[in-house]
Amino acid sequence: MKPQQRYSIFSLIGGAIGNHQDWKQAWRNPEPKTHYDVLIVGGGGHGLASAYYLAKNHGVRNVAVVEKNWIGAGNSGRNTAVVRSNYLRDASIRFFDKSLQLYEGLSQELNYNIMLSQRSEVDVLLTTTSMRNMRRRSLNMNRLGVEFQMLSAAQVRQRIPILAPMEQCRLPILGGSVQERAGIARHDAIVWGYARAADAYGVDIIQNAEVTAIRRGDDGSVSAVETSRGLIGANKIAIATGNENAAMASLVDLRLPLRCFNLQAFVSEPIKPILDVVVNCPDLGVYLSHSDKGELVIGGATDAQQISFRKGGKVYMLEETVAGLLELFPVFRRLKLLRQWGGALEFAQDGSPIVSATPIKGLYISAGWWGGFKAIPAGGLTFAHLIANNDPHPLASAYGMNRFSKLDYLLEGGTTVPTD
Amino acid sequence: MLLIPCPWCGNRAESEFRCAGQAKPPRREFVEKSDEAWLEYLYLSENRRGVLEENWCHEKGCGEWFKLRRHTATHEIVDAENDS
Repeated sequence: MKPQQRYSIFSLIGGAIGNHQDWKQAWRNPEPKTHYDVLIVGGGGHGLASAYYLAKNHGVRNVAVVEKNWIGAGNSGRNTAVVRSNYLRDASIRFFDKSLQLYEGLSQELNYNIMLSQRSEVDVLLTTTSMRNMRRRSLNMNRLGVEFQMLSAAQVRQRIPILAPMEQCRLPILGGSVQERAGIARHDAIVWGYARAADAYGVDIIQNAEVTAIRRGDDGSVSAVETSRGLIGANKIAIATGNENAAMASLVDLRLPLRCFNLQAFVSEPIKPILDVVVNCPDLGVYLSHSDKGELVIGGATDAQQISFRKGGKVYMLEETVAGLLELFPVFRRLKLLRQWGGALEFAQDGSPIVSATPIKGLYISAGWWGGFKAIPAGGLTFAHLIANNDPHPLASAYGMNRFSKLDYLLEGGTTVPTD
Repeated sequence: MLLIPCPWCGNRAESEFRCAGQAKPPRREFVEKSDEAWLEYLYLSENRRGVLEENWCHEKGCGEWFKLRRHTATHEIVDAENDS
């Protein structure tokens, strides 16, 4: 099936001639049907991508995506939009690089400009620990054919000329690492692009419908969800609700090895182009990129260990992040911060996601997506495969929820924050 | 910033403290029960909106360990273990 209206330079010119009055709705706003083959709870990037790949790759088109808010209202619309694949373990590298490859072709595939800018991500490294950690990553990634290389201190300074001069540094810049294919994409466009493409296949996107209960049949398998827009039946139910997965699972008395921590980000006032790469400094716990709007988008570390569902951030974490930022870039010291926001990120114990069937027949879960924006295409691809075949996709076979009981950890420390 | 009542020092800034996660019953009670209980001890935390009991350490102060009950959505401190 084709989208109702194909976007191109010609449609844009046509739109301009018509004073942009004739653009069709990008996706429908249907009333929920009484029954679906697959019902996905959560209209964020992962939920919508899963619906799209279910329809496209597996021919499952009687699908609904149920979202309590508007689509992309959660973490899909609140992240810092960085895409990269510089992970440590084999399974993670393969998974996240597949995601990056899908991102590279996504504007064409979805006929929706996701504004992917592969401007590269440069890690600025100030300690031998970080140097060793990144070198380990680069060796493992190169072994798997994924590009990620080390830089000398001079090369780092050449790529980021506005770094603090040597005599001003508390810790000297020892070197760096770079993934040339990393960059940023427009987060809303990912959500909208997948929504539009899924809708074109006949997927129903049902917004403002909060799931309040999951019903099960006589054999224990899932049968329906109760929502604020009525009862909706389903053969299979897939949960992809960002930081609400534990709450959703508790509806069927399922406990998941997940914890939610607070993370915040903020943007500066808009300035002229000054920084053409994504900069990450694990030693100071800060990363930033320069958005197309001219604002610096800055993020820091989480409030580790402290379970939090607050949509906000702590002032002392903001202070620490800003201190780190100014240590690297004294040139920004007079910038004003424009906005700050925060939210809950969901972590599994080993830092890797959970894409898994559950002990309840017909119930699937995609969870633990801290840093889940970069994972949306591969997360959707593998989750759709799991839902359709009841068998994990080879790229996500390490992400089962029972891995902890078998000591099959897939330990991933943070890239942005120091690794323990 | 939160003011956290250290049982030894009194109210101090949150940045002086470290949260060490959910306060659970003694490990022994889980180990002796079953493998499932041990997995629960290791991997399952309460992860919900509401008041949770946590272990905190006044790391950059007196070093005291104590229990604190805190609301995970509002971050309001309900009560803290008293030294007395």
